[in-house]
Amino acid sequence: MSAPAKRLTTSAMIASLAAPGQRTKPAPFGHALVELAASRPEVVGLSADLSKYTDLHIFAKAYPERFYQMGMAEQLLMSAAAGLAREGAMPFATTYAVFASRRAYDFICLAIAEEKLNVKIVCALPGLTTGYGPSHQATEDIAIFRGMPNLTIIDPCDALEIEQAVPAIAAHQGPVYMRLLRGNVPMVLDEYGYKFELGKAALLRDGPDVLVISSGFMTMRALEAATMLETDRVKTAVLHVPTIKPLDEARILAEAAKPGRLVVVAENHSIIGGLGEAVATLLLRNGVTPVFRQIALPDAFLDAGALPTLHDRYGISANAVVQQIKSWL
Amino acid sequence: MIQLLSNVSLAERAYRIRRNALRMGEVQGQGYIAQALGIADVLAVSYFHALRYNAEDPHWEERDRFLLSIGHYAIALYAALIEAGVIPEAELETYGSDDSRLPMSGMASYTPGMEITGGSLGHGLGIAVGFALGLKRKNSNAFIYNLLSDGELNEGSTWEAAMGASHWQLDNLIAIVDINGQQADGPSAAMTSREPQVARWESFGWYTQRVDGNNIEALTEVFDRARRYEGKKPRMIICDTKMAKGVQFLEDREMNHFLRVDADEWQKALEILDAGRPA
Repeated sequence: MSAPAKRLTTSAMIASLAAPGQRTKPAPFGHALVELAASRPEVVGLSADLSKYTDLHIFAKAYPERFYQMGMAEQLLMSAAAGLAREGAMPFATTYAVFASRRAYDFICLAIAEEKLNVKIVCALPGLTTGYGPSHQATEDIAIFRGMPNLTIIDPCDALEIEQAVPAIAAHQGPVYMRLLRGNVPMVLDEYGYKFELGKAALLRDGPDVLVISSGFMTMRALEAATMLETDRVKTAVLHVPTIKPLDEARILAEAAKPGRLVVVAENHSIIGGLGEAVATLLLRNGVTPVFRQIALPDAFLDAGALPTLHDRYGISANAVVQQIKSWL
Repeated sequence: MIQLLSNVSLAERAYRIRRNALRMGEVQGQGYIAQALGIADVLAVSYFHALRYNAEDPHWEERDRFLLSIGHYAIALYAALIEAGVIPEAELETYGSDDSRLPMSGMASYTPGMEITGGSLGHGLGIAVGFALGLKRKNSNAFIYNLLSDGELNEGSTWEAAMGASHWQLDNLIAIVDINGQQADGPSAAMTSREPQVARWESFGWYTQRVDGNNIEALTEVFDRARRYEGKKPRMIICDTKMAKGVQFLEDREMNHFLRVDADEWQKALEILDAGRPA
């Protein structure tokens, strides 16, 4: 009798998205914020007992007098950020995406967004980036936040984009919600000569057969899948859309309107209310009607477990992306 | 410029605030008049005794900030801001009307002198914590005043902020709670057990005083003490007020959280108020 195969473990909150051997960069958000803060004295950091888990601890160590530990109190975190912003500070408020979206929504909405205050809400564990179960998996954060007026929403792909997004959202006057990858974050987009621009989509590769429109780390998956699909002579274009709101409508329409391509929106989010639905309504409103499919998390509370297992199970691993696209061709 | 020293008594100020509020209530025919009449003395002491501000420049950097978290008390704050000269008296007749700067629930973006948008109860004290931290960053000597209601003490977020304020030793924060005993569905005491308020706030690390919120002389004393207190603590002033204070027939109504007043009763209410005008 052979020994049972070793089961993958959950790794709680410290799981990295990086595949074995993949290039990574540690804590890109924390280091970028420290760099920004050197020239922007109004930058302050707030956390609700999760600075270590949002990489904000690096800022807290560099600028202890500009760091506010609010305790495990997300309503206070967001209200205090609003008050600080009213007194001229630029607060970066961090917690997990589940707590910002589910628990502190009313405070972000009325105290921050309605007043267009200059608060940057930066949240770890977006979508399915922890195997810890539904209490920590923010599978519907974009659906929750997309309806909030005045709020800019971004979903960066990798360490390079996070580094570039920090000064970019600081340059934008107004509230921003940023989905954060933390810890050892994969480094991918440097190979594409990529530069983040707020509100802009970017075509990372072109191809005549399939157009994948993606955000967050699903762009990394899409790029891997595109390479794998080449062996089947399927040529795939990847349009990266890191700004979910406001959408780069012109660019998405221009790409989706090119004839003869299967259009697939891939996102690390529930199939309800995220990038996929945003793109679908955009296309329909403008009379652009390609064959359209979504790769997204199901409308369900997801299982706990190891991330690689779960990404396969819910269709957002590179292999699963390839299988789905092939099934639609 | 700070408000000019004036011969007008605080009692006269409170009378005028009540009168402004009644006139605004008449525009709508209903509203949160009982709260406005009840809190008028606290607002008179706030705006004509305690606060530093510049009526011509509501954003004056050195002003004390007055945060109204109870948006529905806007009618009372407008009445005080009109008396203070921050809002022109002529706008009183637009209260709650289309395109008015005086919406029924207070909005920072609409109204001069309105520091925050209230209305979603339980926001004010947390925002005040942020203001207080922000002023300390700037080494400002200004104070933050935050007016809450007893109903807002039902909100858990208020207590998150209460803990945060004492943790951060916010000695520039003065909170005022209007204990008027009435909420939307009935008496506050029937909602969530309300007492002991003083012991609760003290145990949360606040320098706490309780006062008859309709006694102007007592109010000036506790407001002065709140400001002068030397401990590194946030300050709480618990004010017991009488809903609809000053207009007996409205005081006597059992459910007066949202008053409906008949058209002919407004004049009667003004006459009763005028009859009691301080000498």
